[in-house]
Amino acid sequence: MRPTTEAELAEAVAGATGPLLVRGGGTRTLGHAVGEVLETGGLSGVEVYEPGALTLVVRAGTPVAEVDRALACERQRLAFEVPDLRGLLGREGVSTIGGVVATNASGPRRVQVGACRDACLGVRFVDGTGTVVKNGGRVMKNVTGYDLVKLMAGSRGTLGVLSEVSFKVQALPEAEATLVVEGLGDEAGLAALRVALGSPFDVSGAARHSGRSLIRVEGMAGSVAYRVGQLRARVGGEVTVVEAETSAALWREVRDVVPLMGKPGEVWRIATLPTAAAGIVAQLEAEALWDWGGGLIWALLDPGHGAEVAAAVAGRGHATLVKGEGGPVFPPEAPEVAALVAGVKAKFDPRGILNRGMMG
Amino acid sequence: MDMPAPDPSVIARKARIISRLRAVLPADAVIDAPEELRAYECDALTAYRCPPLAAVLPRTTEEVSAVLRVCWEEGVPVVPRGSGTSLAGGAMPTADSVILGVARMNAVLETDYENRFIRVQSGRTNLSVSGAVEAERFFYAPDPSSQLACAIAGNIAMNSGGAHCLKYGVTTNNLLGVTLVKMDGTVVTLGGPWGEPAGLDLLGVVCGSEGQLGVVTEAWLRILPKPEGARPVLVGFNSNEVAGACVSDIIKAGILPVAIEFMDRPCIRATEAFAKAGYPDCEALLIIEVEGSEAEISEQLGRIKQIARAHDPVEFREAADEDQAKRIWLGRKSAFGAMGQINDYMCLDGTIPVSSLPFVLKRIGEMSRDFGLDVGNVFHAGDGNMHPLILFNANKPGDLEKCEAFGAEILKLCVEVGGCLTGEHGVGIEKRDLMAVQFAPADMEAQMRVKDVFDPKWLLNPAKVFPLATTATRRAG
Repeated sequence: MRPTTEAELAEAVAGATGPLLVRGGGTRTLGHAVGEVLETGGLSGVEVYEPGALTLVVRAGTPVAEVDRALACERQRLAFEVPDLRGLLGREGVSTIGGVVATNASGPRRVQVGACRDACLGVRFVDGTGTVVKNGGRVMKNVTGYDLVKLMAGSRGTLGVLSEVSFKVQALPEAEATLVVEGLGDEAGLAALRVALGSPFDVSGAARHSGRSLIRVEGMAGSVAYRVGQLRARVGGEVTVVEAETSAALWREVRDVVPLMGKPGEVWRIATLPTAAAGIVAQLEAEALWDWGGGLIWALLDPGHGAEVAAAVAGRGHATLVKGEGGPVFPPEAPEVAALVAGVKAKFDPRGILNRGMMG
Repeated sequence: MDMPAPDPSVIARKARIISRLRAVLPADAVIDAPEELRAYECDALTAYRCPPLAAVLPRTTEEVSAVLRVCWEEGVPVVPRGSGTSLAGGAMPTADSVILGVARMNAVLETDYENRFIRVQSGRTNLSVSGAVEAERFFYAPDPSSQLACAIAGNIAMNSGGAHCLKYGVTTNNLLGVTLVKMDGTVVTLGGPWGEPAGLDLLGVVCGSEGQLGVVTEAWLRILPKPEGARPVLVGFNSNEVAGACVSDIIKAGILPVAIEFMDRPCIRATEAFAKAGYPDCEALLIIEVEGSEAEISEQLGRIKQIARAHDPVEFREAADEDQAKRIWLGRKSAFGAMGQINDYMCLDGTIPVSSLPFVLKRIGEMSRDFGLDVGNVFHAGDGNMHPLILFNANKPGDLEKCEAFGAEILKLCVEVGGCLTGEHGVGIEKRDLMAVQFAPADMEAQMRVKDVFDPKWLLNPAKVFPLATTATRRAG
């Protein structure tokens, strides 16, 4: 099924007689849901774009590339830096903005501006009964009623099918530069990222892979130069500085997890405390890419290491199997949280037809 | 303001309920003397008052859990209360309810500068969270104007904002995790210091749920390194439209000030008479604050000056030193007090798309004449969060009602232009009956279903957020 309007989408869900597999472009789907495919790609196009108010309202099936183009015309962007996981996951297809929101997909700049969910101002969606619901709006400050926008972001289509999303967008900075820090081991290289993030120099990216730590600053040219100088004096190691497109290319690699692309094995996405990041990777003897100053680890392991990963992160974060066979894919919840999750799902999708089995 | 009639069966069991509460709490944590309960009969929305059945002041998550369990078993409504600074009546009790105040739970439990978080008990005040990390040159970003008094618990309940959220976001963007006690006494941990949700983002819906889903007892908050410095400029204009256009141009240019505050002429005049900050006598003024090193501040202010000049300002005032910077903020910070000197006032909190600013201000001016009540506008212009202050005389019969009707019209206008009823104060009881202006029945139903899951008996802060008629069957159990 491929509805082209919200009303058609509502009809499709209301009239469904079995489970539905909700799909934008299918470029970042995880888990083992089954069902008739319900594509959102037909719900496409920009509804409202006000560059002067930094707000964009867009239909959920709109390709990310189209959103990026529209914003680029006004020298703006989605601040949270949408990862393109097609290479890592071996997928083809057109990534949609609804899929980005449904997975709360957030790139390196999360350390500075927050996640996808933090940029979402409003949603419209069709719940599991076929009812259209709206929440939030298109203004930056809104505490009217409960915030279902955050709940929908990252819910992977299990509570409803997104039909429209509003975003807070960001002006493109005048300049960017990256400090490339070499000559440090993983412990010291990650400590350098924490020093940078704990400084007043407004770091917009802090990552490490292939033996190098990367620290990014963005903004007005004079300010970027000043902060690069200040950071260089504080992080240690051998520092080279790259700017503009050379810098941007480095961050696309981090964002899209390029270093782990095409390699055999399973890939885990681990959220943790930055100070635990080096230890977890050492314990797992994994090849890793660290982002968010160490708060996010992409770890490449031989297949079948789920138990070891779970043990390594216990009490200091959680892990999701993004590439590999078997399961469980998503981290288990504490029983009292699992009860709330099940309760919310049963209210939004009483027949349990939306992406059944996806999130466990 | 309608409130549900108290449940006579609860009132009849008062002695038994209080003795059960005393059985699970230290002696000094249960308050039932009428003269002491008066302190809890309202919050900062003082026009409405009702003493609760009792008030409890637990010190730990375990005590909160025990209290809620008793109330759940007895079918007693519970009204959670931080510091009682809600302007929307979020902590307004009913005669059959128990106030659960978290004021005694104010400890710092953990500070971790390397991982950039602090864990506090929820009764800690907003400003004292920043105070706890100040020595290491960190701060907690959301800064509601009540920050000296307001508690983190209330900030989470209302998803509070502040003057600096243009850059740093509001509470939900700075909240990493909570310990929450459900109405049945179950203790739940949502989120954690790593910030990234493991599954459904339940933390995201708890934040801003006005104390209706659970009582937050502890919270992990993101802390940020302090900027090297900050400095404001003041720009005066001869029309609201031009001031609005200037705000839009600054934002479009990619400059991200930490604050852009707007005051209109009635507000400027009242403030001048009261605080004598030396503001220019003009139609509209902006206070724009930027952060960074001296060089960075100069770079940003230079760009802002260039943009402002194109709009022909009547004044562009820079601060040469700390004292002048303080004077620029003085009037803005005194604005509410200044308006309060003239008369009683009601402070509204709707948000509008920034592009609608001139139209909305013009309409508010027209409505002010129609209602015969003066209004001053002071607000966070960068994010469209307005704070119209309607002046009225509480001692004049009918004036409060007229003021409320005027306020409702302004909020409807905010929704009409694509905005919302409340940007940072919350719905509480104050805007409860306007929810249908912004939301269709299905939109509210979806929200109420979340409460059904967390609090199936609808005992937690039950008469808030949604119109009473909409929640009647649920509250009846």
